[in-house]
Order: sequence, then C-alpha cells, then structure tokens
Amino acid sequence: MGFEVLLKGSNMLRLLEGLSTALNISLISVAISLVLGIILGILMAMHNRVVLFFSKIYLEIVRIMPQMVLLFIVYFGSTKVIGINLSAETASIIVFSFWGAAEMSDLVRGALKSIPTIQYESSAALSLSSFMTYRYIIMPQVVRMLIPLSINLITRMIKTTSLVMMIGIVEVLKVGQQIIEANRTASPNAAFWVFLVIFLLYFAACWPISLLSRFLEKKWKV
Amino acid sequence: MDFNVVISYIPTYVDAFLLTVKIGWIGIAFSLVIGILSAFIMHFKIPVLSQIVAVYIELFRNTPLLVQLFFIYFGLPKIGIVISAGTCGAVGLGLLGGSYMAEVFRSGLEGVSISQTESSLALGFSKTQMFIYVILPQAFSKSVPGIVANVIFLLKETSVFSAISLMDLMFRAKDLIGLYYNTTEALFLLVIFYVIMLLPVSFLGSVIEKKVVSING
Amino acid sequence: MSEILKVKNISKKYENTIIFENLNLSVQKGEVLVIVGPSGCGKSTFLRCLNALEDIQEGEIILDGEVINSDAHNLRKIREKIGMVFQSYELFPHMTVLQNVILAPVKVKKIDKKEVTKKALELLNKVGLLSKKDSYPRQLSGGQKQRVAIVRALMMEPEILLLDEITAALDPEMVKEVLDVVLSLAKEGRTMLIVTHEMQFARAVADRMIFIDEGKIVEEGNPKEFFDNPKSERLKRFLNNFNYVETN
Repeated sequence: MGFEVLLKGSNMLRLLEGLSTALNISLISVAISLVLGIILGILMAMHNRVVLFFSKIYLEIVRIMPQMVLLFIVYFGSTKVIGINLSAETASIIVFSFWGAAEMSDLVRGALKSIPTIQYESSAALSLSSFMTYRYIIMPQVVRMLIPLSINLITRMIKTTSLVMMIGIVEVLKVGQQIIEANRTASPNAAFWVFLVIFLLYFAACWPISLLSRFLEKKWKV
Repeated sequence: MDFNVVISYIPTYVDAFLLTVKIGWIGIAFSLVIGILSAFIMHFKIPVLSQIVAVYIELFRNTPLLVQLFFIYFGLPKIGIVISAGTCGAVGLGLLGGSYMAEVFRSGLEGVSISQTESSLALGFSKTQMFIYVILPQAFSKSVPGIVANVIFLLKETSVFSAISLMDLMFRAKDLIGLYYNTTEALFLLVIFYVIMLLPVSFLGSVIEKKVVSING
Repeated sequence: MSEILKVKNISKKYENTIIFENLNLSVQKGEVLVIVGPSGCGKSTFLRCLNALEDIQEGEIILDGEVINSDAHNLRKIREKIGMVFQSYELFPHMTVLQNVILAPVKVKKIDKKEVTKKALELLNKVGLLSKKDSYPRQLSGGQKQRVAIVRALMMEPEILLLDEITAALDPEMVKEVLDVVLSLAKEGRTMLIVTHEMQFARAVADRMIFIDEGKIVEEGNPKEFFDNPKSERLKRFLNNFNYVETN
C-alpha cells in the first residue's frame, strides 16, 4: 500500500517537525510584517509625495515579482553581490517580511482611508483633540478592520513558506521526499500517502485560521 | 555582470518564458471555467454538488500550490493517474485558481441587489432572461477587480513549476546558478522575464479596473 | 436678551468659486434661528464655518466675545460651547449608545464618569431611548440614531446647537420623532441654528427665519411674515416650490 511508511519509526513526527520549521519562519515573518506594515501604512496615509512615490514602486515590485524570484535574488544574489552568506532561513524571513509588510501596509492604508472624513469632523465638533480622536474613534475602528485581515495574512504566509524547500530548507515537503526516498524499495507507493498527508497537514494549519478570520470579519462588520 | 553571457542565455530564457506563459494562461483559463461553474453551483445551491464545491474551495484555498502539485505529480501516479508535468502545472494552477475565482464570482453574484432581480421580473423577463441580461453582466463587472488580482497572483504562482521539473524560468535560473555560477546574469534575466510577463498585465489590470469602477458607480 | 454669536462680513471661497460672501448675522441667547434656501446655496457650509470645520477667507465669527478661526489656539475650548448634529448622524460605530454619549464629557471635560452616566441616562430617557443604551448604532433606526446624536451633542452642555439638515436622511415616518425632540429643546430656551427643508417644522420652531440664496442672505424676518408675506421674488418662488409639492 504505502501508508504504513507514515507509521514507521518517527516518520510522522519528522513530518510534523518539518511543518513546524515552516510555521516558525512564517510566524516570525508575520510579526515583522505587521510592525513594518503598520508604520508604512500610516506613513502612506499622510500623503507625503516622496513617501507615496517610493511606496508605490515598492508595492508594484511586490505586486508583480513572485516570492520565489525574490527568494532566489536574496539567497543566491546576496553572496554574489554583497559577499554576505545569508542562511536560507534568514533569506526567507527577509523576503517574506518584504512581501508581508507591503501587503500589510496596503491594508492599513485602505482601512485608514475607509474611515469617512466626517467621523473626524464629528469628533472635532465634540472638541476631542486629534490625539483623542485617533485613540478613541479612529484606531478602534481601524484595528477591528485590520485584525481579521492580519489573521488572513498569517494563512497566506504559511502557504508561502512552502517555497523555502526550493532553497534547501528541510521543511515538511523535503522531509516527505526523504521518507519516500528511504523507503523506495519497501514501499514504492509511499508518495501518494506522504503527499496526501502533507496536503492535509497544511490544510489543518490554515483552515482554522481562515475560519477565525472570517468569523471576526462578520462579527465586527458595521 | 557580463552582458555577453546575458545575451548568450537569452534564447534559453525565451523558450522557458514561452513555456511558463503558455502553461500559466492555460491554467488561468481552467481557473475561470472552474470558478464560474463552482460559483453557479454555490449560487443556485444545487444539492450534493454545492457541498462538494464548498469542500473543494476550502481545501484548495487553504493549501499551497507547491503541495498541491507534489500530490498531483508525484502522488497520484501511485494510484494509476499519470499526467505529464505540463498538464500537471496547468491542472494544478487551474484547481488553485478555480477556488479563488469561485469566491470572486460568488460575491459578484451576491453583490447584485435584490431590487434588480425584482425590477427585471416586474418588467416581464423570464428568470433565465433576467439572469443572462441583468444579473450576469452586473455580477461580472463587480468581479473584475478580483479577477485581475487573481490573474496576477496565478501568473506569479507559475514560479513553483520547476519543482515538478518543468523547464520554466525558475528552472533555467537554478540550472545556470548551479552549473556555471553565473548567478548575477541568471537572476537578472529571471527578473527581466518576470517583469515582461507581469508588468503589462498589472498595468492593463489597473486600466480595466478603473473603467469598471466608473461603470459600477 | 444678550448677543451670543456675531458673524461679521464672512466669506467662503474656493479658488474659482464663491460659496458665500459678506454674510452678517447676530444671534441672541435663547434664540432659534432657522436657515432655509435651495440646495447648494451655501447654508450647510455656513453652519460648518461656525465651528471651524471649514475655514473662512474673510471676516470674523465671535462667540461669547471670543473670535473663532481654524487656527485659534483655543479652538477646542470654543467647540465645547458649540454642539453640532450632522445629517448622517455620525455616531461612533464601535461604541454603544451610552459610550457614544459619555465619551466627550469624560475625556474632554474630565467630568466624573458616574456623574456623566447619570446625566446621560436622564437625557436618553427624555428622548425615549433609555432602553437602547447598550445597543450599537447599527442596531438602531435612523430616527433613533439621530436622537442619540442630539443627546451626544447636549452632553457637552453647549451654549449653542447647530443642526445641519438632521432629518434629510430619515424616512418620513421618523422625521417627527426627531423634530419633536428639537421642539422641546426650543421650549427649554436653547440657542439653536437650524438648517432644514422641513418648512412646517421651521415655522413651528423658529424665532427668526433666514433665506440664503446664491451665497447671500436674501431675506430674514419672523416666521409669520416670512411665510405669509415674503417680500423678495426669490423667496416667493422658493416657498412656492414647497406649496406645489404640498397641494399636489
């Protein structure tokens, strides 16, 4: 059959470890993306021409360049061009944060823009200071919009991290290949089960987060 | 960077580019067909089928393309389903994209207001006529921004094809870096060809979106 | 009666367009002033200038002896004295009714929350919305939202209240519940500047009527004279539009 491979020794555990390698990279990248994205998003909402010009170029690069290409540039290019030997993990965190921060900044900008001017005016009419207006009126609304979207960014980040196997990180797909390779003669059909299980593992990691994001989005809809 | 090397690599990259673009757009065509069918099935709540479609959408939206391709290309042959790498790429991209397109079309259909349905029925249209002449065009124009975003997303996803040994752009770049250490030249051409593939689509997409936004009001 | 608000020769202009020019106005304490005029005549913009949501290019607005302009250092202090209610309610969607109405007094005036809450409940009770105190704005009808917005403005104990087309977005059957509240405020002797299209209401509530057209005050007077015996052609035509609607 082939399924028995997964029950052999610590194979299942190894797959889970591989998955956690990928998850770790995505969580670190999400954390960096949130911080940088929020800062950049706020800067972009301020309508400074210079900021807008550079952020537009940045967002367009992220919009059209596959993460895979960026990963190659940073991982292989860094050694060649600036002579620094980045580890594959560092390279992937840099690339995924570069991507995530762009996505996040766009979400922040959109959320800030979606608060109508008259909400600022009605706060002013109540003589709230501009700090109070942000603290009590604008930010709470923006955060409610952003939380589901940021959670959604986590699932997208997790899916993206599957790419790291292409620059040699031993994550779940790589572990899968190793297991299949090691059992080539004993269980020639292992590939079906191993890759099915990996498929389902990713699903198990992402689906609950997607559901949570959708639930919060519905709950907080104005 | 050695431009003689760059120029000597161009023909191989052009081959790879054409292959990537071909499979990419075939995949996108699949995704549109799958997406529209799935959206109809969900919209009309066709029993059994709509449950199957719902499971399909959740499964493919919540897993990476790379994992989907590994399962289709390396896993399925073990139970007797053997397909070529090219077909696998197009099918995988189509299935992934279909699940995204389905959501776009579905919310497009839901976005057409009930009063539009009622007013067209009041004008004496049959249900089929109403759907074809009133609902579909509006749903489609509401879906355009989502379609554009998905097309760009799917074209970018083609960059994982090399994992199932398709001779695409990534595959070439990897090859040249691994074999000849011409890293800079290989990466330079990689970027150039992805820009050629995506910049026009991105630009055209923005133009179409603006047009449609003005139609939607 | 003492003068509370004085508007001297103010003008509002954008690059090529003049919204209004050389407007003069004096409002006495306790007076209810109703401003009417065709759409786009500048009456809403005029109201927004009074608490510096829009800046003016010429002239002076003096409230209680203090000059208002958008860069005044004490702008917030001045705005505490001016309450404003908007056409689109503008309740804060993430807060309950009670939170909406106590926010400004607690944060801006730093009044004790218990005290503010007690007063808020009284006012909500007065407008018939005590039972909705823990609801969110999205759970309220338009008329209910607007009554909350009025309470929110009153909570700051403003000396003057600006009402900008507060019934324009409401379904007809909800208009009365809001206007009744305004009418009772007038009876309490509140100073109000009201922009509206509800002519019967204007007649009932106003101490003085003002007609603005093309950025100028064309006619003003007591409501009886204003409605029964308009002098200018433009006001006659304007009022006729409403009669036409009503008699058909």
